[in-house]
Order: sequence, then structure tokens, then C-alpha cells
Amino acid sequence: MAWVNAIIQGILTGGLYALFACGLSLMFGVMKVVNLAYGDLAVVAGYIGVGVIAATHMPFLWAIPIVVVIMAALGYVLQRTLLQAALRRGELITLIVTFGLSIVIENGLLQFFSANGKGLGVNQSFVTASFSIGSQITIAWLDVIIFALAVVVLLGLQYYLSSTKYGRLIRAVADDREAAQLSGADYRHVFGIAAAIAFGTVALAGMAYGTTTVLYPTTGTDTILLIAFATVVIGGLGSLWGTLLGGIVLGVAQQVGAQINISYELLAGYLIFLVVLIVRPQGLTARRIQS
Amino acid sequence: MSEPVNGARHSNASPILEVRDLVVHHGQLRALSGISLQVFPGEVYAIIGANGAGKSTLLRTIAGLHHPTGGSIVYDGKDVTGLRPEKRATAGIGMVPEGRRLFPSLTLEENLKVGATFARKGPWTFDRVYEMFPWMKDRREQRTAQMSGGEQQSVAIGRALVANPRVLMLDELSLGLAPVIVQRIYGMLPQILESGVTVLLVEQDVSQALRVATHLQCLLEGHTTLEGRPADVTAEQVEAAYFGMAGSAEAERALHASPDEGSES
Repeated sequence: MAWVNAIIQGILTGGLYALFACGLSLMFGVMKVVNLAYGDLAVVAGYIGVGVIAATHMPFLWAIPIVVVIMAALGYVLQRTLLQAALRRGELITLIVTFGLSIVIENGLLQFFSANGKGLGVNQSFVTASFSIGSQITIAWLDVIIFALAVVVLLGLQYYLSSTKYGRLIRAVADDREAAQLSGADYRHVFGIAAAIAFGTVALAGMAYGTTTVLYPTTGTDTILLIAFATVVIGGLGSLWGTLLGGIVLGVAQQVGAQINISYELLAGYLIFLVVLIVRPQGLTARRIQS
Repeated sequence: MSEPVNGARHSNASPILEVRDLVVHHGQLRALSGISLQVFPGEVYAIIGANGAGKSTLLRTIAGLHHPTGGSIVYDGKDVTGLRPEKRATAGIGMVPEGRRLFPSLTLEENLKVGATFARKGPWTFDRVYEMFPWMKDRREQRTAQMSGGEQQSVAIGRALVANPRVLMLDELSLGLAPVIVQRIYGMLPQILESGVTVLLVEQDVSQALRVATHLQCLLEGHTTLEGRPADVTAEQVEAAYFGMAGSAEAERALHASPDEGSES
């Protein structure tokens, strides 16, 4: 039963990982930006959440859409300014620029908010509420909610990309920027929208993670970014549902590893990551972003 | 389709598209050295020339995909030289790019929908495109990556038409297609002209260009070597302009033989 429990917990963790990864995957799939500041942006979202709640005393759930909108706007602006300028100079330049951005964000958070962790201050009963299956399996409602949120986000993204005007343009621009321009589409604006969506999912990821743990200025790179990268690589670059599959594989590997020996949790995750890189470097679902 | 058209050139009608002394560099390389042209409404203006003559560069610069180092582009009486490509497209300069450049992960219909997203008002609807290419209707859910070269070219034309351009630029329609397919695709030209669209095309296949053009311009290494109505130029003149010399065997072949090196891809 302990193994079944590990697998169930792993699958549920995979939802959070998919939430971490889908924006990263979208930005890479559409504009070939490898955003190394991605994890830090999730932390920034969490800090904004803390700030919004502290300033307005609104309930946690109400703060979520506000943080999503703030981050989406930030994503659009950042894409149209810094990232677009970097893209114009070459795709590799975006790697350097987002790496720099990551350092700036981390040190900015340290400077202004100290190295102490920040919690979102979610009601403890909400965090610890759980239900049991049999005598040995206990599942936290929060994990189920985050998993469901990930599925809803992926479904929403899929619907948006396949069935809306701008979703179609995002796919068209990802295919062929110049041809899209000849059809009258300003690809920079379309990139901005894609970045806004990616940052919106980052905000959800940061807020979701902030409910389960305390966020530190360095959480972005040493946890979130690594997990997001591993998830995207395992699942397949540019594939939305691949991020859920990759997240689940990573989550299950970690939980099963931890079941063997608690110190193997991270090791097992990276072993799976390496195995996929060797055996199937294109990822488990190698597809482009498409309907 | 020809008679009223040639009249436009000599009456006091104003050109819909005018290029003045266009100079374009690719890095250090000078691709166009002072090209000028005037396209009048209703014309089929053909630009011919060998590989590397600068034909595609000229169309791409008119579309806004290259920045000229000198000269200007005037569309509908307005200078559009500094305008971004998407603004030119929505103003009514359409283009079917070389190599078709469809969106491979989109279906046929989605490709058309992208083309229609920022469309001007005009006669071209999906239904009219499906009327011109009846096979499309049953295959609109199919991804274009799985289609033949001729079918892809037709989709590319459809995608450009549903934007309702006033000037449609066609870049090397015949490239990589079997002669019979090329004939069929050029067979659509009268319908496009009837709808009021002016056509500016680039073609390596000279005999094909001569068949459809109402006005002709030949480029050689970025310079204009010949310009006029097809009826007013002799085969020898075209030959000399195309190769920069007269009487080569290659020129003979390019002019008189039907193209047979193309293949259906």
C-alpha cells in the first residue's frame, strides 16, 4: 500500500509540476525563448500575492486573479521590450538576457524582502484538509485541487490555441513568422499575448506552490526552474499535454525514490530525467504546440 | 482580359504601385541597384530574370520584409517605404511568398482563417476560394503539410486572396511544380483579375510569364535590362536581357521550350 500511496502522491505532484512547466513550454514553442528567469517569476508572483493580501486583506482566492492579471501584463510588457530586443539579436541572446533577469530578480527580492521565506498565509485548515482511502492512503485536498487546476489550465490553453483567433495566430506565428506578417499579423503583438498567457500560468504556479510551502528568493532557480525544465524535457518540448505527462513521471519517480529512501527523492527525479534524455531525447510526446 | 488593361498604361490613370530607384543590400552584397517600376490597376506585371537577378528580393522589399538602402515604394499614392510588413498587408499589398510558406501545423481552413484575420472588405470569401478550388472543401480539416506541392500552392493563393488584396504579388508560382500543375495554377489568373486584383508576379519560367503578362520587366544582377509590353519586345531582346548576352543555347531553351525540369513535390 505504501507504494500505491507513493504513486498517487507522485501523480498529484505532477499536476503542480505541469503548472510550473506549461508556460515555459509555451514560450519555447512559440518564440523559441528559453526563459531562465521563469522560476524567479513564479516566486515574484507569490511575493506579489503576499503583498496584495497584506495590503488589501482580501481572501487568498480573490488575490489569485489579481496576481494573474498583474503577471500577464508584466509578461506582455517584458516580451515587447526586453525579450523582443533580445530576440532581434538572436535566439541565444534571450538565454543570456533571461539569465541576467533571473539574477536581478533574485537579488532584488533579497535586497528588498530579505532572505527570510514568505508564506501566503493561507488558512491552515485549508492546507491540511485531507481524506483517506483505506487505512494507509491519505490524500490532501490541496494536492487534488492543484492537480485539477493544472488540468483546467491545460484544457483552457488547448481550447484557446485551437479555437480562438489569437490562439490560431499564436500557432501560425510559431510556424512561420514572416508568412504571418504577410497575412497582416504583427508577430510582436502575438508574442506579447503568448508571453502574457505564459506569465499568467506562472502566476498560478507561484500561488499554488506558495500555498504548499514557504517561498524564498532563491526558490525560483533552485527548485521551480529545475523542475520545470525536467518536466518539459521529459514530456517533450513544446507539447502542452506532455508537460502533464512529464510532471507525473517526474512526480512519481520522486515519490517512489523517497519511498525507497527519503534521501533518494531528488536523485530519482534526475535519474528519470537523464534516462529520458538518453533513450528518448525528444521527450515522451514529441509534438509541436497544436490542437 | 487584355484590351482595357493596356489602355490604363497610356491614359492618365495613376499607378497603384510604384517603385522608385530601389536599392537593396544583403549585407555587403548589392541585390538591387536602382530598380523602378510602375504597376497600373488591372495589369499582370511580370518580372523575369535568371536566378539571383533580384526578383524575389524586389517582391520581398515591396512587401516590407527587406529594408531598402535607397529609393522608395509608393502604394496607392502613399509612401509606404517605412511601413511594417503587416501594415502593408492590411493596406492591400498581398503576397504569395516563394516556397508557399503555409503554416504546416494548421489545417487548410485554419490557414485561410489566418489569411482572413486582418482582411479588407472585398469580393474574396472562403466560399469563393472553394469555388475556384473545389477539392479544398472536402479537405479543409487536413493539415497542409500532407498536401502535394500544387495543392499547397493553391492554398497559399487562397490564403492571400481571402485578405482581399488590391495588389497581389506572386513569387515563383511554378517553382518545384510539374508543368501541367503550373498551367492549372496560372489558369486561375483570369478569375483573380476579374475580381479587380492587380497582379505583380515574379517568374523564372519566361515562356509562362510571357503567356500571362500585360507588362514585362527583366532583371539582371539587380539592374533592369528590359521593360515593355510582351507584344512590343522580340524574343531576341528578351533573350539578351535575360542573360546579358545574345544568342546562347540556354536562352533559346528558356524561351521556346516548355519547362520540363520542374517536378511535382
